[in-house]
Amino acid sequence: MELCPLIKNILLLDSEGKRIAVKYYSDDWPTNSAKEAFEKAVFAKTQKTNARTEAEITMFDNYIVVYKFVQDLHFFVTGGENENEIILATVLQGFFDAVGLLLRGNEDKKEALENLDLILLCLDEIVDGGVILETDANVIAGKVDSHSMDAGAPLSEQTITQALATAREHLARSLLQ
Amino acid sequence: MAQPLVKKDDDRDEEVEYSPFFGIEKGAVLQEARVFNDPQLDPQRCSQVITKLLYLLNQGEAFTKVEATEVFFSVTKLFQSKDLGLRRMVYVMIKELSPSADEVIMVTSSLMKDMTSKTDMYRANAIRVLCRITDGTLLTQIERYLKQAIVDKNPVVSSAALVSGIHLLQTNPEIVKRWSNEVQEAVQSRAALVQFHALALLHQIRQNDRLAVNKLVSSLTRGSVRSPLAQCLLIRYTSQVIRESANNTQTGDRPFYDFLEGCLRHKAEMVIFEAARAITELNGVTSRELTPAITVLQLFLSSSKPVLRFAAVRTLNKVAMTHPTAVTNCNIDMESLISDQNRSIATLAITTLLKTGNESSVDRLMKQITNFMSDIADEFKIVVVEAIRSLCLKFPLKHRSLMNFLSNILREEGGFEYKKAIVDSIVILIRDIPEAKETGLLHLCEFIEDCEFTYLSTQILHFLGIEGPKTSDPSKYIRYIYNRVHLENATVRAGAVSTLAKFGAMVDGLKPRIFVLLRRCLFDTDDEVRDRATLYLNTLGGDGAVVETGADVKEFLFGSLDIPLVNLENSLKNYEPSEKPFDINFVPKEVKTQPLAEKKAPGKKPTGLGAPPPGPPSTVDAYEKLLSSIPEFSNFGKLFKSSAPVELTEAETEYAVNVVKHIFDSHVVFQYNCTNTIPEQLLENVTVLVDGSEAEEFSEVASKPLRSLPYDSPGQTFVAFEKPEGVPAVGKFSNMLRFIVKEVDPSTGEAEDDGVEDEYQLEDLEVVAADYILKVGVSNFRNAWESMGADFERVDEYGLGPRDSLAEAVNAVIDLLGMQPCEGTEVVSPNSRSHTCLLSGVYIGNVKVLVRLQFGLDGPKDVAMKLAVRSEDETVSDAIHEIVASG
Repeated sequence: MELCPLIKNILLLDSEGKRIAVKYYSDDWPTNSAKEAFEKAVFAKTQKTNARTEAEITMFDNYIVVYKFVQDLHFFVTGGENENEIILATVLQGFFDAVGLLLRGNEDKKEALENLDLILLCLDEIVDGGVILETDANVIAGKVDSHSMDAGAPLSEQTITQALATAREHLARSLLQ
Repeated sequence: MAQPLVKKDDDRDEEVEYSPFFGIEKGAVLQEARVFNDPQLDPQRCSQVITKLLYLLNQGEAFTKVEATEVFFSVTKLFQSKDLGLRRMVYVMIKELSPSADEVIMVTSSLMKDMTSKTDMYRANAIRVLCRITDGTLLTQIERYLKQAIVDKNPVVSSAALVSGIHLLQTNPEIVKRWSNEVQEAVQSRAALVQFHALALLHQIRQNDRLAVNKLVSSLTRGSVRSPLAQCLLIRYTSQVIRESANNTQTGDRPFYDFLEGCLRHKAEMVIFEAARAITELNGVTSRELTPAITVLQLFLSSSKPVLRFAAVRTLNKVAMTHPTAVTNCNIDMESLISDQNRSIATLAITTLLKTGNESSVDRLMKQITNFMSDIADEFKIVVVEAIRSLCLKFPLKHRSLMNFLSNILREEGGFEYKKAIVDSIVILIRDIPEAKETGLLHLCEFIEDCEFTYLSTQILHFLGIEGPKTSDPSKYIRYIYNRVHLENATVRAGAVSTLAKFGAMVDGLKPRIFVLLRRCLFDTDDEVRDRATLYLNTLGGDGAVVETGADVKEFLFGSLDIPLVNLENSLKNYEPSEKPFDINFVPKEVKTQPLAEKKAPGKKPTGLGAPPPGPPSTVDAYEKLLSSIPEFSNFGKLFKSSAPVELTEAETEYAVNVVKHIFDSHVVFQYNCTNTIPEQLLENVTVLVDGSEAEEFSEVASKPLRSLPYDSPGQTFVAFEKPEGVPAVGKFSNMLRFIVKEVDPSTGEAEDDGVEDEYQLEDLEVVAADYILKVGVSNFRNAWESMGADFERVDEYGLGPRDSLAEAVNAVIDLLGMQPCEGTEVVSPNSRSHTCLLSGVYIGNVKVLVRLQFGLDGPKDVAMKLAVRSEDETVSDAIHEIVASG
């Protein structure tokens, strides 16, 4: 197991360091207070840095943390001290871009909370129990966004609004790309 | 948000950010969750409620067992809905709730249905959920589907099954191992991530089979691995194979090195970096092998991406520790990184430069660092301070500018850890660079004038007491020390009093003045300060007469305590006030290594009943108590040493026996710890017959049988021998366990009346020279070595013959001598060709022994050793050489 790249946690915090969505894959932080302490430390250490154009990186408590910010959203990916930094950065970029696609370019806290279901599904698609599942943002967003379009269910079961919403989403995404 | 007229400064409360979860409350959401039970499900509404529940969980809200169960059951109802979005949320919710085994049964059939569904998304997710929550029993039922899923043509399904396999391998290895054919097929998949997951699982299935891993690596390194992540895995497996085969191939080219080097030209940065890092970490890497890796890392140093710069500089920093010259080519790029926005990168760059820099560049570097220090955090500063310390030790001629730098940063703001690092560094420099001593001491003196940390003040005062009197003009330190008596808290004042007294004891010329100062301390408000002043005045002869302080007084006041403080603490705790005064000579001197060994041991827990249960508490104190409670042994005197238990039986035999050797001045007691592992037997009158015919100097004097040894409750029997007093007699003993065995009725637990006499052969036991040496550490080996003097030094050289490694040879000698390694010198750094190991101990008869071992590799495998022994008795020095010569 130790040879396989492992992700310790993925965090999405707001501009005050509060949780929007977090996922821990390691027992290093057994309690909620340990998790909160870690988030607080990470946030305090990184908030003054400018991680808006390129992903930044830091190391503390024998963890490597890569991070990237946009508006009031702060994205973090943590790995062990011997992890390949570039693999961690790839996971971060996948998460960051996928969220961007899912929020259709409106990346801010309000939009993120309104679409929290998408963000949680997104986390679920990126890493499974610490093992990297997928790093390509388009694939991740595509898997999350296949939403409400059950290939097995006949089209008649979809309501008009649902169909419209789906169409709009597809349009928006094709415009973005 | 749509209230443009709200004034920004006025009422921040009303300007609360809009959040769909504002004012959310657990009780209310749990109520809402009832919609899951509606006969007409509203998928959108249900999704919203699940999102709210997940939000609560994510914020750290805990559900009680009852609440979680309730939510779980209502969520299972949602499998009726065909809405794919809702189903996804249901999957996530079930994983978050981590249901108990009896709850899992409720969803098993629904999930199994999804696993065989036509919709890929259902299949993939159902597999992940089911494998997450299932226990082994269910796994056999779904195994067939999982094997199919591994080779599914949809990569998402295949990956889901493979990743689940990686997790299941931890709990149900025997099942997952049966999938290796399918996994092997998946390794060839065209989908990048499937290949990665398949390779990870395949390697884990085979990881204990070195040959199979070897085969896997050699076939894949020739083939085409498409995914960068899979390629990274392959690089890791390859370096593992290289590491493990290193011992077999003597010379010539390293296998697979070409593959690693080829990866340096891969198009994915993660692969390039992984390969470069793997090359730098090769055992005994040559500079020719290093060069291409360093070149790509150097390119990364000037990348626009901070992650790449960080990764490269961190790796180069590690390389600089072992191959500083290989990194010097990067120095120019490294210097430009000192001003990097990312302070982690800047710090790593600086410390790398400090490691690779040469003497001429030191001053320039220090100038750059001074500007840099003001805007980094304490933790980075500590790293820099440590790097500067090692730089100074490397270039002692530069001590002036480096010491100046340290004293400057000592005056600036900083936390305790940072200040401590600086003080420690100065102390080390003073100790190792004689020319730096006086300036260093003055820097420390100035620091304590304005030091807010009691711990640091007392440490420095103590250090001044040792080093100050040896300087050319001790009197100049007195002012700084006496100032402490006026201005500080009681702890520091007491420390200052002791330091003053040390000056008084060591420098006769200062005595009268010191006595005046000490007398003033007699009126201190704190009793510890007064007590110390009184003690010193009386012992040093403070009645006005200036007499030379006797050596014994010095030893009493300032000599080192050669007893581990832990042992002293224990003995004091156990001491009961009585007529008999506490005697420090009865405190055991053995360093206790037991707790550490036990911490490491939990990996091999006793399995089943066959394994011997842990014996009685094996600390020295406990042994002493046990032995002195046996009348036969009570007149043997003080216990010198007890060995670690030696097993005399194989694991999982009928009777488990181990022995502890207790060494007294003229006696040896063997304590046999016996365990009966047969439930149907009761042993009585258990003794051990010891044949000492191969141990001529020993004669048996007493034996204490064990009356009864029931099943699974350990007991002890003892045999005592007499031996010449104070002589480290050695010998070999053969042992036979003799007892009366009685059948026990397992149903009633009662033993039959009649027993049969029986014997059981145990393994031989040896008393060796190491049994006569106590592991007693010294805090400062160099001081101890010098103060011991060369009067009884014995030096000789030995060839140790071919050895697996230098470390193995070092450990063998340490074990042979049974002495305490000092200052961490038992650790041999990999790839080194020579090593010095310092040992200390106490030989029987209470003779201190110090040993300096110098190992060197002579030819490819032969180890040569130079052994220097100093002790208080020349026969003991000779005895140590004899042990090595005969061992």
